[in-house]
Amino acid sequence: MKAFDYTRADDLSQAVGSPAMLIAGGTNLLDLMKLEVATPDALLDINRIGLRDIAREGAGLRIGALVSNSDCAAHPRIRADWPLLSRAILAGASPQLRNKATMGGNLCQRTRCGYFMDGHSPCNKREPGTGCAAQGGVNRNHAILGASDACIATYPGDMAVALSALRATVETEGPDGVREIAMRDFHRLPKDDPSRDNVLKPGEVITAIRLPAPFGGRQLYRKVRDRASYAFALVSVAAAIRMDAGRIDAAQLAFGSIAHKPWTDERVEKMLVGERPSAALFDKAADLLLEDAQGQGDNDFKILLTRRTLAAALAEATGE
Amino acid sequence: MSDTYDTPDTRDMLDRTRQGVIGKGLDRPEGPLKVAGTATYAAEYARPGCAEGVLVGAAISKGRVTAIHRDAVMAMPGVLGVYSSERMLRRAAQGTAGEAPEQDVSTVDFPMQPVALVVAETFEQATAAAKALRIDYDDQSDDARFMPSDDNAEPADDPVEAGDLDRALREAAHVVDAQFTTPGHASAAMEPHAAIAEWEGRDLTLWGSLQMLSFNVAELADSLGIDPKHVRILSPYVGGGFGSKLGISHEAVAAALAAQDLGRPVRVVMSRQQVFQSIMRRSETEQRIRLGCGPDGRLTAFAHEALVSNLPGEDFSEPVTQASEFLYAGENRLLAVRKSDITRLTAGSVRAPGEAVGMQALEVAMDELAEAAGIDPVELRKRNLPDAVPGEGTPYSSRRLVQALDAGAAAFGWDQRSATPCARREGEWWIGHGVASAARVNILAKAEARVTLTADGHVVVETDHTDIGTGSYAVLGQIAAEMLGQPIDRTTVQLGDSRLPSGAGSGGSWGASSTGSAAFRACEAIRATLAQAVGCSADDLLLQDGKAWAEGVDPRPVTDLLTEDLTRTGRIEPGDLMEKVNQSTYGAFFCEVAVNAFTGETRIRRMTGAFGFGRVLNAKTARSQCLGGMVWGIGSALTEALQFDSRDGHLVNHDLAEYHVPVHADIPPMEVILLEERDPHASPIQAKGVGELGICGAAGAVANAIYNACGVRLRDFPMTPDRLLAHLPDPFAPAA
Ligand SMILES: Cc1cc2nc3c(=O)[nH]c(=O)nc-3n(C[C@H](O)[C@H](O)[C@H](O)COP(=O)(O)OP(=O)(O)OC[C@H]3O[C@@H](n4cnc5c(N)ncnc54)[C@H](O)[C@@H]3O)c2cc1C
Ligand code: SF4
Repeated sequence: MKAFDYTRADDLSQAVGSPAMLIAGGTNLLDLMKLEVATPDALLDINRIGLRDIAREGAGLRIGALVSNSDCAAHPRIRADWPLLSRAILAGASPQLRNKATMGGNLCQRTRCGYFMDGHSPCNKREPGTGCAAQGGVNRNHAILGASDACIATYPGDMAVALSALRATVETEGPDGVREIAMRDFHRLPKDDPSRDNVLKPGEVITAIRLPAPFGGRQLYRKVRDRASYAFALVSVAAAIRMDAGRIDAAQLAFGSIAHKPWTDERVEKMLVGERPSAALFDKAADLLLEDAQGQGDNDFKILLTRRTLAAALAEATGE
Repeated sequence: MSDTYDTPDTRDMLDRTRQGVIGKGLDRPEGPLKVAGTATYAAEYARPGCAEGVLVGAAISKGRVTAIHRDAVMAMPGVLGVYSSERMLRRAAQGTAGEAPEQDVSTVDFPMQPVALVVAETFEQATAAAKALRIDYDDQSDDARFMPSDDNAEPADDPVEAGDLDRALREAAHVVDAQFTTPGHASAAMEPHAAIAEWEGRDLTLWGSLQMLSFNVAELADSLGIDPKHVRILSPYVGGGFGSKLGISHEAVAAALAAQDLGRPVRVVMSRQQVFQSIMRRSETEQRIRLGCGPDGRLTAFAHEALVSNLPGEDFSEPVTQASEFLYAGENRLLAVRKSDITRLTAGSVRAPGEAVGMQALEVAMDELAEAAGIDPVELRKRNLPDAVPGEGTPYSSRRLVQALDAGAAAFGWDQRSATPCARREGEWWIGHGVASAARVNILAKAEARVTLTADGHVVVETDHTDIGTGSYAVLGQIAAEMLGQPIDRTTVQLGDSRLPSGAGSGGSWGASSTGSAAFRACEAIRATLAQAVGCSADDLLLQDGKAWAEGVDPRPVTDLLTEDLTRTGRIEPGDLMEKVNQSTYGAFFCEVAVNAFTGETRIRRMTGAFGFGRVLNAKTARSQCLGGMVWGIGSALTEALQFDSRDGHLVNHDLAEYHVPVHADIPPMEVILLEERDPHASPIQAKGVGELGICGAAGAVANAIYNACGVRLRDFPMTPDRLLAHLPDPFAPAA
């Protein structure tokens, strides 16, 4: 680990516009610092700036950026009205990590691409302009949608996938003021600048996550993984479905670990509406979703796996 | 008594003693220290003035170091030295080498091979300097081969050939001809490799994390070019080894050299990534198995061929066909292993070398044969147990395979299993059942142990044997307490100091039976002396709870018979019994899996293992070994695989986040059945080894259960969702 300066912020104003790297739970950042993948000169600890409340806001909910993943998942209102969020959080990491991990930090967790994490292979995300060792290498956990020549990494997290399905928003405060970003627009595709995972600007701090009014219906998070716990998703599907008289009334879907961001596709959500659930319908939805899917070798299987996981999720969410 | 064990000891000595502690599932005496975090591991000794060393890995796959730019780094804060020399290790030593492995780090044999050591006042300073160290190379990676292939392979050993295989296969009623692959495996012990070296004049003390101290002393002394008498290694607690600490590795020699140069202690701890990248891997294998049987299922043809790999110049090759030599019938045979030279880190012994990967493939092939022949797979195995080792005619000592199959089947409820796949569906999950045999060679190794019965009635066992988390402390104490009739709480065991008599070391499952036999013999000598004092023959001597007596002689406290401490040293050396009589360990696995019909995820629902391995010395530690083995088998079946980059041979998943061993949620309640057995051919204590048996075949039972669940016969391990997915039946089709 490289030597660094450490300061603790007392309130939000000290964090906004700070050139230092923010540290919250530290569960991702410290690992990357030990590997010298992240080498900040200065850390600003934001654990004492508040933002730890979960509060009613109209019909929705405002979750402070420093609420722990455990507290969020266990919150009675979230479990009752946005169960998808609880389920996705509990599908990730381990209890110890979730106790430390924060909402803001979770959104900003970095990719698990082995070449990014090793600290020395060519990697445009870690060291822009050096190339992308994952292409032609070991890329079993890489993207099948939205990748670029510069980078084929995935966003690995679970929580943001649920938040994307739930159409949550992210509230931030930066030197230019407060803004609210749709969760679905928060993470970006790699394009020709994979060094940026999301649309946060320098000095901008995540202050809260906003949940809109409860969607109701049936909500589930399907995370497919190599082992039963403590593994990142191969593919995940967040689904919230409302039924009406045997037909799909509304569908909100998001997909994890298949792209550089939680993947959403409004065309798929729309085509399901008004239809009776059937294996054929689920297949048609997958056809549309995966129209442009592209394997990289080791991860070719994710195309079929996404299709199957979507079918399983839809069957369960629309079933009797 | 001769040290050599060449006559079976049939006295059942440990059944006649009266203390009643042998075999009991007693807690490990050092357990409280370990759970309280107060057992001291190699890196945890506080040595005054200790400097910190960090190893630097090569940036090329193969070639030579042409320059090391020391000066810039020496100017960094706290840096004390930059070392890169002809004595530093290029590769870790193989198990039982007893001499220096490849030295001289100016040559690079594989990616991330350590090429330098940077030492500084603090770990952080050394890490920063190691990262900053510029090294120039003559990169010869273009000449390297990173992928194993048959066209650059040589036979690893003389093949075993008997009869007319082709003809037997032609004439067989049922034939299986199948290709299997297993990936490389990591040892991944909890405690990373670490050493603290300290010199006092010409004498070196090394606190290390090592499995076999007498060999390790020889390896370290040879590497440093000094007399072994100047080397002392301390390794009282070892946080797992799994073969990776059989021989010394880079950190030990580097620490010793730097400590010598600096005149102060130096500690070198490998990072998790360095352990993965530069110590030892289990070779990947490609296997072809051909089996032929008559209409009754009796094997007539048996062929097991394998391709493995290692670095050029390494003699070790994964002995894939080791159990195939003795397990099943089939007079027409071919067993052959070929080794391909490739540029990847050293391949060596990882827990249950050979059987771990050979048995899991063989047991799948047997399942396929059972299906082809229409015979229950348990029955097929029972029909194929030969009376003598095929092709050799060697008899077996004890073999509890039939009993293991029967006991396991009964406990598991095998009779409820459907013979046809896809018979049971629960929601999204296909449910299936599989069986496999377990088999593993047994080895008795040379060992020495000293036992003292103190004048005040304490028992002390001393040997340089190690406890790598397996229960050596517990088991050796039980043997001595049992033999000398003292309560277990008056028994102390001292291990892991190379100054003590040379135990067998922890490897190859031989530790408990070999070092235990040495301790047993030391106790016999003490008993002989006590018998004289009682006035009876050693055979008639009775000892219990600190008292000694004989038929017609009243019990007296042993302490009354002693005027001073009574110390005896016991020794054992393997004789020719191992060649004359095949002594192996056996068992059976039964497994229930659920395979997700949509995603191909496999989850174990329950597993039963039944094992026979001679006398059980401690039912708890033995069970733990079996359990741990079965967990390894589950990892091997479902998740574990080293992923090497085919372009430069470097290891991509080099930590426990990406190299997936099973976690708690992967392991359901498991049942372990320990079968009663005495094997007087194996050792005077009639025990065999159990440290590895639980792996050997376990993954085959999982694979067979997957087939039984969903009808997909996979032959490539691990059986991750991606491999199953495309072959699964339509998830929406109703169950048959
Ligand atoms: C072994 C392991 C397994 C894991 N498994 C999973 C899994 O299965 N699924 C999953 O989803 N996740 C998993 N994780 C990741 C885990 O969820 C994240 O590490 C965690 O959520 C990060 O939160 P944190 O508060 O610790 O972030 P930190 O590590 O403190 O910060 C991460 C990043 O976020 C930035 N940041 C933090 N707070 C803010 C803020 N308020 N505004 C702007 N930027 C901010 C930091 O500057 C830093 O760049 C795993 C992690 C580990 C170590
Ligand atoms: S996929 Fe992205 S993160 Fe991975 S090596 Fe390529 S550029 Fe780096």
